[in-house]
Parts: sequence; C-alpha cells; structure tokens
Amino acid sequence: MKTFNDQSSHGSIAPARPKSLPSLKAGVGLKPEHYRAILDQHPAVGFFEIHAENYMGDGGPPHRYLTAIREMYPISIHGVGLSIGSSGPLSEAHLLRLKVLIERYEPAMFSEHLAWSTHPSGYLNDLLPIPYTKEALRRVVEHIDTAQAFLGRRLLLENPSTYVQFAESSYSEPDFINEIVRRTGCGLLLDVNNIYVSANNHGFDPYAYVDQINHLAVGEIHLAGHTRELDTDGSPLLIDTHDRYVDDAVWSLYAHAIRSIGGVSTMIEWDANIPDLPVLLAESDLANAVSLAATG
Amino acid sequence: MPFPQPRTFHGRQLVFGQALLDASRPIPDGVIGPDGRPSVRRFNVYRNNVVAGQVSTLCDAYPATVKLVGEEFFHAMARDYVVTHSPISPMMFDYGSDFPDFIDAFPPASGLPYLGDVARIERAWVEAYHSAESLPLSASCLKDILANDLRFLSLQLHPSTRILQSRFPALSIWRMNTESNEGQTIHLDDGPEEVLVVRPDADVHVYPLPKGGARFFKALLQGASMVDAADQAFESDDPFDLVAHMAMLFEAQLVVGTRTTQDNPHSSGVQHG
Repeated sequence: MKTFNDQSSHGSIAPARPKSLPSLKAGVGLKPEHYRAILDQHPAVGFFEIHAENYMGDGGPPHRYLTAIREMYPISIHGVGLSIGSSGPLSEAHLLRLKVLIERYEPAMFSEHLAWSTHPSGYLNDLLPIPYTKEALRRVVEHIDTAQAFLGRRLLLENPSTYVQFAESSYSEPDFINEIVRRTGCGLLLDVNNIYVSANNHGFDPYAYVDQINHLAVGEIHLAGHTRELDTDGSPLLIDTHDRYVDDAVWSLYAHAIRSIGGVSTMIEWDANIPDLPVLLAESDLANAVSLAATG
Repeated sequence: MPFPQPRTFHGRQLVFGQALLDASRPIPDGVIGPDGRPSVRRFNVYRNNVVAGQVSTLCDAYPATVKLVGEEFFHAMARDYVVTHSPISPMMFDYGSDFPDFIDAFPPASGLPYLGDVARIERAWVEAYHSAESLPLSASCLKDILANDLRFLSLQLHPSTRILQSRFPALSIWRMNTESNEGQTIHLDDGPEEVLVVRPDADVHVYPLPKGGARFFKALLQGASMVDAADQAFESDDPFDLVAHMAMLFEAQLVVGTRTTQDNPHSSGVQHG
C-alpha cells in the first residue's frame, strides 16, 4: 500500500501563509460574490475551499483575489473535473493543471469526487454515478494511484450523492469506498449531506453508513443544503442542490459523525442562490458549535 | 431504436452519456431505483443537471444577451446549443466560445441580427477577464528608440486584448443592456461599431474604436510592425487617425512590450482579413 505525505513536497511555503487547518474551525466555500467582503472584513473562519476548475484560467481577478485571500487563510482545493470514476484514462492535461494550482496555492487539503464526467462526446458537466463492481473498483484505484503519484500528495475522495443505482453493482457504497481507501491509501472527504441524500433516495440507513465507513481515513467533512422533490410514487427524492441552509436532519447526522470520528475539518458548501457572507459564516459557526457539543 | 446495452464499465458509461445528452433515447438498461426497477424519473435528474448546469453557465457568461431576448427565449436557445455542444474541458469559463456563431445561425433570433455581435462582446469580456497578466508600459517606453528604428517598431499588446467589428451598433446595444447603462435610445442604422476589450489590470475595459481602428489593432495583434499596421489602416475606406490611435494604445494600457527588428523590414507576415 502506498502512503503519501499530507503536505506537497513541491514549492516553498511563504512564512506568512497560514499552512495547516485549525482542526475544529469550520470553513466555507469561496465565492466571487464574497471576495471583497472577505478582504475588507477578514472574518473569523477556519479556511476557504475553492473549486479547482474555477482557478484554471491564465490570470485575472479570480487569481488576484485568491492570492490575497491565501495570504490570510488556509485554503483547500476541491476538484470537480478529474473524472476519477471514468472508465477511460485520466486527462494528463487536467492533472497538470491541478499540479500547477496546488503548487501555486499550497492547499492544506486536496479532494476530488468518486464520480465521472468525461465522455467521447465531451465533458458532461455533472458528477455522474458509477456502478460498484470489481471492474470499476480496479479502474478507480488505478486513477487514484496515478493522481496521488502525479500530484505528490494524498487525495481525499468524496462520497457521491446519487439518484440511481446500477443493477450490476456488487458492493455497498461504504464497502466500495473502504476498499478504495485500503488499496490506495487515499483519505476521505465525508460529505454528510450526500450520505443523507443518497440514503433517502436508495432507502439505506445513513447512520449505519457513517458507522461503516473507515473513520481513520476521514480528513474532511462537507455539509450542504438539499432540495426535496418527489419520486413518481410520491416518496421524497432529494436533490443535492447546495442552494440553501443545511437541513436539520443533516446536522443530526453530522453530530453523529463527529461523535464517531472525532473533530474533523468541516466545510459549508453553498453554490447556488448564494447568500451574503454573514449567512454562510453563521452556518460555519453552527458547524463549530455542533462539533464542539458532539466531542464534549 | 435499439442500441447496445453492454454491462462492461466502459460500455455502461458510453451508453449512460449518450442517453444523458439525447432525451429521445431510452434510459440505459439496469439504471434502477430502490425497488430494483428502471427509473426514468431518476435518470432524468442527471439529464436535467447537465443541461440546466450548462444553460446556467451560458446565462452567467452572456447577461446582456439574456436581457435583450428575455430569459425564456435565451433558455430555449441555450438548450438547443447545449444538447449539440458539449464542453471540451471541465473549465466551464471556457464553455460557449462559439455560442455567438450559434446565435447568428439560430433562425428564431434572425430578427435580431446584432445579437451575435453583442454576445461576441460578452465573450471577449470573459476571455479578457481570465487572460494572462502582463504589465502595461507607458509611452515613455518609446523614448529610447532611435528615430531610424521607428519604422521597424513592433508593439506587443496585452494578452487580454480583443478587437471586434460589428455591422451594427453592437457596443451601444451592449452598454444599454449592462446594469449600469440603461435608458439610452439606439437606432440600428446608427451604423457599424468597432470595439476594443482589454484588462490591463484588475478591471475589464470596453472601448469604442475610432474608424479604422479595428484594422490597425488587429494588424498589431497579428505581429505587424507599427508602420505596416498603419499602412493597412490607411488602405481602408475610412479615414484613419494614426496619432489618435497611438495615444489610445497607451491610454488604454495596451502595450506590454516593444521590439525593433530590421531582420525583415518589409515583412509580409501579416494575415489580412
């Protein structure tokens, strides 16, 4: 089994840059709408997380603001486009873009999804589900090995939110993910909202999922809001929309996860209908409070 | 129409992706809900995510175009584009670069012949926003160039520089449909407009060009010397004011490098058109 250092071995670390994440101080997603407010107000928040692909342009305000914000805060980089779950090869060009970004901003954490998005017709702009089969497992493991070796650091793999299952799946999702962790040495980004959404949509127990997952591998937790729609039979179909407050039931599941795992860097995702910064910060404060209460 | 439904990992993704983009196809075999039965409803969540996500990307990139045609029309037009134009990379700010061409050829928009050019200004704005950084030079960068070398002078323009030519008053229409500029009246017979888009520092600037300016700036962008670029601009039917354009080069902070080369003073390396 390979092991990887948490910190990038590349580049120098500027002395002023906050390097590691405070373990119990929650972070929030970095949104262009909040750039100015963050620089003006310097709010008390643990870290900011960026979507890697939004900072892959050559220059411009995204890099200018991120550079300024990086001088004051730790950041984490969350990729959405590597397509680790693709049956085809990883894009070397995209791996290189990630490497450049990681070397430039020295994130405390780097994460990607257990999902796919590349297709012969082009890039499918969504996080698509994979069947949990031996063949898929081998491919995902190859891809994570490749990515970790190329990037020279450990990757945190995020569990997906899904709306369908595949008839050919032969693993449960936690078993599949635990096996990936065992074979690659990668860490986990446990998205508690995703667990809740998928549990509702597929009829499994989200608490049992949290209990079953490899706790030692969890390096980060995501929380987000979801939308309640209806399936054809009238039962709730939850959609992972990141467009509202974290649901009460997800907070409860989060408390359970923290009680089981211990304090973990936690981050609030809010990617659509983006609120003013104080609303987002209040959610991260709530994460701190719930985490503190759960760890006693 | 039947099509293969292989259960290999690769075949699974091939068919899944095809059905995602083509709603007329049946959903892939073995895509099921909790009851173990095929679920069109659930597969359609992914269909909707992909299409709605890309439509939303276009809405964000072309706000003035949205304003001109209204959200409903824009969404319908964007959906037509999205199902036939997949992104080529996960960098969604790159998506929709040929959307202005699609608009030009979109029959329901034919009553708004300027719409594609307004979208081209918006596209240039996005490209300038994300372009590489480079430090603009002041006009004093010319002071050490010997008079004899001036005719060999080439200027390197800022990498964010974009030049557009419209048969319509596209810039005026764009301005009227951005948040800060409303309430003007524009007549389509106000004539053609030429536009310069550049981001020399933090902000993207959009300028109208004087007549002949587009030919001059385009020639410079393609590597022509000052003299050759000016010659090309003088060839146009429009009167061309070289001094005014020289001033604009520096006022708009377009110049990031200079070069004097005598290697090929009669360079014909400039592409016309």
